[in-house]
Amino acid sequence: MNPVESDTPLSSHHDDHPHVPGPSLWPVGFAVGIVVLLVGLIVSWWIAGLGAIVALVFAFLWVRDLTAGTALAEAPEVEPEGAAAPAAGDGAAAAVVAGEETERYPRSRFLEISTLGIGVIIGGVVTAPALGFMVAPAFLKQGTKDIDVGPIDEFPEGKYVVTTFTADAAQGTVSRRTAYIRYNGQLNGLPSFTIISNHCAHLGCPVQPNGPLDNAHTTHYKDVRLIPSISIAGFGCPCHGGQYDTEGNRVAGPPVRALDRYSFSIRNGHLYLGTPFSVSHVDGAGATAQIHKWPFAFPGEHVNGIESWLYPIQPPH
Amino acid sequence: MATQKLTRSQQAQQAILYPVDWLEERSGLVGGVRYFLFRKVPGDTNWFQTLGAATLTAFIVQALTGSILAMYYKPDPNTAYASIQNITNNLWAGWLVRGMHRWGASVFIILMFMHMGRVFLFGAYKYPRELNWIIGVLLLAMGLGEGFTGYLLPWDQTAYWATVVGININGTAPFLGPFLAQFLQGGTYINADTLSRFYAIHMLLIPGAIFALIGLHLYLVVRLGVTSPPWSKEAAGTGPLNGKVTRPARSGLTRFTKRGSSR
Repeated sequence: MNPVESDTPLSSHHDDHPHVPGPSLWPVGFAVGIVVLLVGLIVSWWIAGLGAIVALVFAFLWVRDLTAGTALAEAPEVEPEGAAAPAAGDGAAAAVVAGEETERYPRSRFLEISTLGIGVIIGGVVTAPALGFMVAPAFLKQGTKDIDVGPIDEFPEGKYVVTTFTADAAQGTVSRRTAYIRYNGQLNGLPSFTIISNHCAHLGCPVQPNGPLDNAHTTHYKDVRLIPSISIAGFGCPCHGGQYDTEGNRVAGPPVRALDRYSFSIRNGHLYLGTPFSVSHVDGAGATAQIHKWPFAFPGEHVNGIESWLYPIQPPH
Repeated sequence: MATQKLTRSQQAQQAILYPVDWLEERSGLVGGVRYFLFRKVPGDTNWFQTLGAATLTAFIVQALTGSILAMYYKPDPNTAYASIQNITNNLWAGWLVRGMHRWGASVFIILMFMHMGRVFLFGAYKYPRELNWIIGVLLLAMGLGEGFTGYLLPWDQTAYWATVVGININGTAPFLGPFLAQFLQGGTYINADTLSRFYAIHMLLIPGAIFALIGLHLYLVVRLGVTSPPWSKEAAGTGPLNGKVTRPARSGLTRFTKRGSSR
């Protein structure tokens, strides 16, 4: 004897059938469409469009399959509690009678909704500032202060100086950062500097100079430490092997763009680092280099090309 | 009261049962616990089905050792590393409790994946248990979040740079990635608040969510019953269950029956 059959009270009950969608091949087509769309994003526009169309068509078929034959439309109306007073009689008949006799908008219903509503309002009033306090400070008052890294004659022409400074004195050592600063000589009568951030454009590890440093001639200005270099052939990242040339252009490895740079100003003969910015690539070298400059972005984010569409809005840095 | 004189063992039994009865009469908790512990499961459950309970145990160990470590740990950039050194080297059994938490974290993650694999291979995610699979996936994500936030807390070079890389991986997610990264580090760069932020998430936010989700997870396990293994003869209707009304295994079959009807 089959145990399911022996279990008559269960199998005869209409709840016994699992509410699972029937077998359908449409999701497979949908998945194929998505894959074609993603491949198309890299390869070519018309392949992406084709994938989008395939995905949309199969998504429509799939949804139509899912919604066909569901019992959602047949769900019985739940009898409101206020109208259930004469429940002793026949259910359907009583409901009809009660519906005619009772008020359209019973008092109990009003109290129910107002209690819930007040609860929602109180909950919102308490939660909103707490959530705001959790999120907002990460985005407000970001900006950077200009940092004095010392007199400009600390920076010999044509050689990088490894400059480590405290970005925010109030934060302490956690805000220690390093920039590679090279004096390029005069351009149109004004001093030119190349100031490269050491944050790798792959995932933010500290890039290291590829070449010997002149540690013996390390100098300090306030809490800024300046280590001159002997000769630097580029920069390399110890984490995942990203390599950059002397202008910060990516030459190998996973980085998606060139190294970030700092804007600068010169006041009273001192070099000040300003706001950092991102760079897609640099043409040329030194004072006459063409820097393709973009708003500051997190490491790993494309700043130009098709992939930059993935990051349409940047948080206020 | 009984007029008859009770024997010594009867007296002892009454003394033990009195507080239990007192609690049961006022709360029904004893019955609830008995119901949870001695509920019916299929007769052919497998040792692999203990992995969920093992994961729960691992989480309780993490919660307990973590709470105690929090008594000595200082989530401040200037003192965090020193406080970890103090826990490891100076405090009595500090190395042990920290080690339990450190290695227990890996055990917890491994057990979660093994439990997940068991559920997958047994087909225990199928109707009507889909919701419990979804809750389980949320729990897995929460567990990985605990691993990520906990990794920063020792505040050494490994912790710092692993977190830099982890946050920036989050940052490369399309559209909201940059916002997620900036939210996680509490600013454009990792700063003095990032450590306490991770500590709060690690200590309070995620564990609270995990406790709530484990409650839901267990509720659904009890409500829906335990599945038989896929090779079960009972579930296939050809095993010893067939024709024997006394076997209470019906509650654990893959098909959900009306509550109470099978117990």
